[in-house]
Amino acid sequence: MTRAHDSKQKWGRGAINGFAVAGMLYLFAPIFMIVLFSFNNPKGRFNIVWNGFTLKNWANPFSHPELTDALIVSLEIAFISTLIASVLGTCIALALSRYKFKGSGGVNLFLVLPLTSPEVVLGSSLATLFLARGVSFGIVTVIIAHVMFQVSFVAVTLRARIRGFDWSLEQAAMDLGASPRRAFWKITFPLILPGILAAALLSFALSIDDFIITFFNAGSLVTFPLQIFGASRVAIPPQINVLATMLLMASIAILVGSLIIESRRRRLNAGPESKR
Amino acid sequence: MVFVALGVVALAAQWVTGAPAIGLLALLLSSVVAIIWTAFMGGLDTRRALAPYGLLNPGILWLSLFFLAPLWSMLEMSLSSKKSRFDFFPAFSWEWSNYSKALTDFGPQFGRSFLYAGIATILTLLIGYPLAYVIAFRGGKYRSVLLGLIAVPFFTSYLIRTLAWQNLLSDSGPVVSVLETLRLENIMEWLHIMDNGRLINTPAAVIGGLTYNFLPFMILPIYVSLEKIDVRLMDASMDLYTTATGAFRRVVLPLSLPGIFAGSLLVFIPAAGDFVNAKFLGSPQTTMIGSSIQDQFLVQLNYPLAAAMSFVLMAIITASVLVYAKFMGTEDLT
Repeated sequence: MTRAHDSKQKWGRGAINGFAVAGMLYLFAPIFMIVLFSFNNPKGRFNIVWNGFTLKNWANPFSHPELTDALIVSLEIAFISTLIASVLGTCIALALSRYKFKGSGGVNLFLVLPLTSPEVVLGSSLATLFLARGVSFGIVTVIIAHVMFQVSFVAVTLRARIRGFDWSLEQAAMDLGASPRRAFWKITFPLILPGILAAALLSFALSIDDFIITFFNAGSLVTFPLQIFGASRVAIPPQINVLATMLLMASIAILVGSLIIESRRRRLNAGPESKR
Repeated sequence: MVFVALGVVALAAQWVTGAPAIGLLALLLSSVVAIIWTAFMGGLDTRRALAPYGLLNPGILWLSLFFLAPLWSMLEMSLSSKKSRFDFFPAFSWEWSNYSKALTDFGPQFGRSFLYAGIATILTLLIGYPLAYVIAFRGGKYRSVLLGLIAVPFFTSYLIRTLAWQNLLSDSGPVVSVLETLRLENIMEWLHIMDNGRLINTPAAVIGGLTYNFLPFMILPIYVSLEKIDVRLMDASMDLYTTATGAFRRVVLPLSLPGIFAGSLLVFIPAAGDFVNAKFLGSPQTTMIGSSIQDQFLVQLNYPLAAAMSFVLMAIITASVLVYAKFMGTEDLT
């Protein structure tokens, strides 16, 4: 290869890398704003213009009870709905990856549909059903709605995750005298548990953050996103930024923790192999 | 598992009544009973054969009751007529005028939604592809860390992120002042990105918000499809005297098409139905259809019209997805 060609290639590499760095900065620009404005000392009711550094928002993050209450409601909903959806979704993922059966193609398609329908349609149609049947809106309707999209999400992501699972391990356990139930709980379940937890964690995040579907089915119930939406028209206290930053830091901590666990496990797995 | 299924049925039966839903419920209930019965009567083999259906049942039941049944009752609602402004329980009457009304009264909103969502999809592809490419092929051992970094911004609330963009793009915000110091306002005006020196409340702001909020849905599927590519394929094509660009165009790009396909659907569909970006970053001139549906449903309480609008939205999205699948030639890849 000629030198000119080489340098051209190097230039192209640099350009793509530079573009990727710019893309990362773009992703983090609003996050930077959110964290920065949690230290703002706003003049009016809207935390929009920078008016000086203060720590007082962080000193009393829970000084707006309506915000804190809404956050607690959101956490409750996310906890219950994730629990239900993880059980139901894991069963579906197991059925789809463990067994060959008639109609699995149809089930696959059916699972993807809620994920590829616009949220307005999901939210408004569920609300229509509840309205037509005279169901009163509240925490139960919101949980039902959240479980609906979380089941699909858990099933689809978990199925992708356990696609390469070696089912002969279960067979081996049974050959050694374990009952099918014991083989499942002792062998299969511990091995797919990280996948289940990852899917559950992500669907927990989906639930906490859901706005559009919840908006249609909440009635007078106020979740954290609904509270922000309502507040955005009247007043935006800096405590919103403080709570958002806290949630962000918690999720970064979970992410870093899971990365460390994963790399440690990989090292453990690689251990005996490298000795061979 | 069976108990969970029965629990779900019992729970659902409380809310879901009415002829079609009861029919569906009866069908599902009888399938549960049939599975339990044959499992008890049959030997180990029948039990094995029925296991997948037993596992599927509770989840599929939930989806049938709270995803399919609602679509049915919305279809019913979209053909119902409202007798007066204060008739909150419209009766079914083959009222097709809801559909013509949805199309004539909300044509501009539909048009804008699909235009904005389409542009946002193209932008996410242009921004997301290089990012996914760099992480997949040059990330090395930092791959999972970089992928994690992509996900981090999306662990803050969607609404708060959009409010932060409102802040960034506001008249006194950093983006406008940077553009002003660089004297780029005229170019931005010429590109129709700025309007009278303003960034916020323009179509560009709404499209920018959509692009930002749905970007990870483009990056992740593309990354997954790129990660699977064997790097030796690229080396082989280079050994066969193609240039780096040639290797990309002939090897990498075709192999990443499934990722592009999945990514564009995951961006386009939610973007077309979104109303948060239009509400926070736009103006009354940039309302999208999601916003109109929400307004008709929750403010005007005109359920039949809102239902008809939702169905039109679904129909257009389904049609465009099918056309897109045909165009990409990836019908069997979804």
